[in-house]
Amino acid sequence: MIALDTLLSDEILWAPLLIVLLKVVVVFVVGLLSTMLMVWFERKAIAGMQNRIGPNKTGPFGIMQTLADGIKLFFKEDLIPNRSDRFVFALAPFLSFVPAFLAFAIIPLGGDFRNGNGGEVTWFGHVTKVQLADPPIGVLFALAISSIAVYGIMLAGWSSGSKYPLIGSVRASAQMVSYEAALGLSLACVLLLAGTLSTSGIVAAQATITQWHVISTGIVPFVIFLIAATAELNRPPFDLVEAEQELVGGFNTEYSSIRFALFYLAEFMNTVTMSALIVTLFFGGPQPIAFGDFVLDIPLIPNALEGTLWLLAKVLVFLYIYIWFRATLPRLRYDQLMDLGWKVLIPGSLGWFMLLASQRMARQNEWNIILVTSISVVVMVGGYLLLQAAFTQSARQRETQGPMF
Amino acid sequence: MGYLGGFIVTLRQRGAKNRVTTQYSGGRVFRRNQKRAVKMDEKLEKPERLHGRHVLNKYEDGMEKCIGCELCAAVCPAKCIHVRGADNDPMKPTSPGERFGWIYEINYLRCIHCDLCVEACPTEAITETKLFEFSFTNRQDAIYTKSELLVDNSGKPQHLAWEDWREGEDLNTSGWMRATAASGDANFTGVVSWSGELGYGIRPAEDKSE
Repeated sequence: MIALDTLLSDEILWAPLLIVLLKVVVVFVVGLLSTMLMVWFERKAIAGMQNRIGPNKTGPFGIMQTLADGIKLFFKEDLIPNRSDRFVFALAPFLSFVPAFLAFAIIPLGGDFRNGNGGEVTWFGHVTKVQLADPPIGVLFALAISSIAVYGIMLAGWSSGSKYPLIGSVRASAQMVSYEAALGLSLACVLLLAGTLSTSGIVAAQATITQWHVISTGIVPFVIFLIAATAELNRPPFDLVEAEQELVGGFNTEYSSIRFALFYLAEFMNTVTMSALIVTLFFGGPQPIAFGDFVLDIPLIPNALEGTLWLLAKVLVFLYIYIWFRATLPRLRYDQLMDLGWKVLIPGSLGWFMLLASQRMARQNEWNIILVTSISVVVMVGGYLLLQAAFTQSARQRETQGPMF
Repeated sequence: MGYLGGFIVTLRQRGAKNRVTTQYSGGRVFRRNQKRAVKMDEKLEKPERLHGRHVLNKYEDGMEKCIGCELCAAVCPAKCIHVRGADNDPMKPTSPGERFGWIYEINYLRCIHCDLCVEACPTEAITETKLFEFSFTNRQDAIYTKSELLVDNSGKPQHLAWEDWREGEDLNTSGWMRATAASGDANFTGVVSWSGELGYGIRPAEDKSE
């Protein structure tokens, strides 16, 4: 048995099976509900920043707006263009929708991580974790799944048999492949300090606020991860994939009805998942805010439930930040996007990762830490200068010989 | 702050102070409870020359201004006006001249509120109010006939049952016409060259300095 869940390591009994099934249902429902509320939250928050009111007619504060939109989309005509590849066209929305939910399975949604507890709770006499699956490959699973989501967008654009969606999907694959590298490298800094790939292990390693990876890795990997994650999600300012002014609707131009709704849902689901992942990796997930021995405890609520509340609060902050990005930043040009990804984020995260690795080596072998740090900084500066020289040289060559393509 | 200054700007825009949109429910709340309308069903202050629903005006003696010349129908780019004139009954005339507007219909599914009909009208019979709500549940309702367009006995536009009239929307119904009507003087300050109107009398010319 693969130890996806501690419950299933022994022989399978009815109670553990039901608990796992319950968790599946809860994660699915939480996923759908959070997406629904996220769409509403985004529209409401961005309306505030644009001097508008936002949806306010459907239900209290317009909270049922997404439901109304969803029902409307269900009853719309489902169009399949004549020139499309019908099978791939039908498959693509699911390729983008299913991974969005799969990635949510590894996020610790609560549990008591205090005093080295490891997030384990006891339900009906069985010890388990408040997350659907805790595979040993943890974070790698999230990365792999988010890469599969690229196929959804790519195939959607390709199979539409139309120009603009194709351009959108080409952009999408280029953008997501480039930013995946920066994403993975900044993630490596976290893994280096946590020493484990399992998400609950990463959360358990961040007991106090100084141990939160956003601080213990230096702020740089977090910033790179946030930017790369925004690009990975195709959210503004990196939403070239669906740049309305240039590409009509981008990859989903030809989609209508429920297939379009699936894309829409997946996009917002991904935002929620990515926010939860950022919180898990850098901000201690369901861990409460703690300075040394002092813990900011919410009274009267059991610790396991408190974890869920903390996670919710932290995720909300990041959801708001994504909305704030969208309200503030204008869209990048395509070459600017590639420049930022390849010339800034990837070298930056790589350099920072090497700096952290050298410091860790120094600590393990009891070398002089100041000397090691200064040497690695010198090496990094040297590398940066080399990189700059390469850039200027290539720019000069492009001027004389013209662009390569 | 440089690049990050924009984040502060967007954050400062939040709140009711900067809000531009008003709460507008298309008159549903207003009809139920007029007191709640201020908060729940607010209409914006409209410009004086807004083009809204048409009215057919009358002279001060109660005669209709429309003479059934069909110039408005001819000039209409959307072809939404249907007019047929008829001879006046000499004993009981509807309008001062020889003929009157016998049929007058405007299809508001077509009307683009360009105001060309108002400019074309030689007698200032047709003008526009500031009422802009036109939502219908069938095509027949969208066609306003003469009985609906004609002003009432006090010279004000009729407040039809399905319309959401608020205070001030039936004032200055012929504001735009006064500046551009063919019968008006190009240099019209102080020169009153238009006919009197039921309910308003002969109004002073528009101030040119505006």
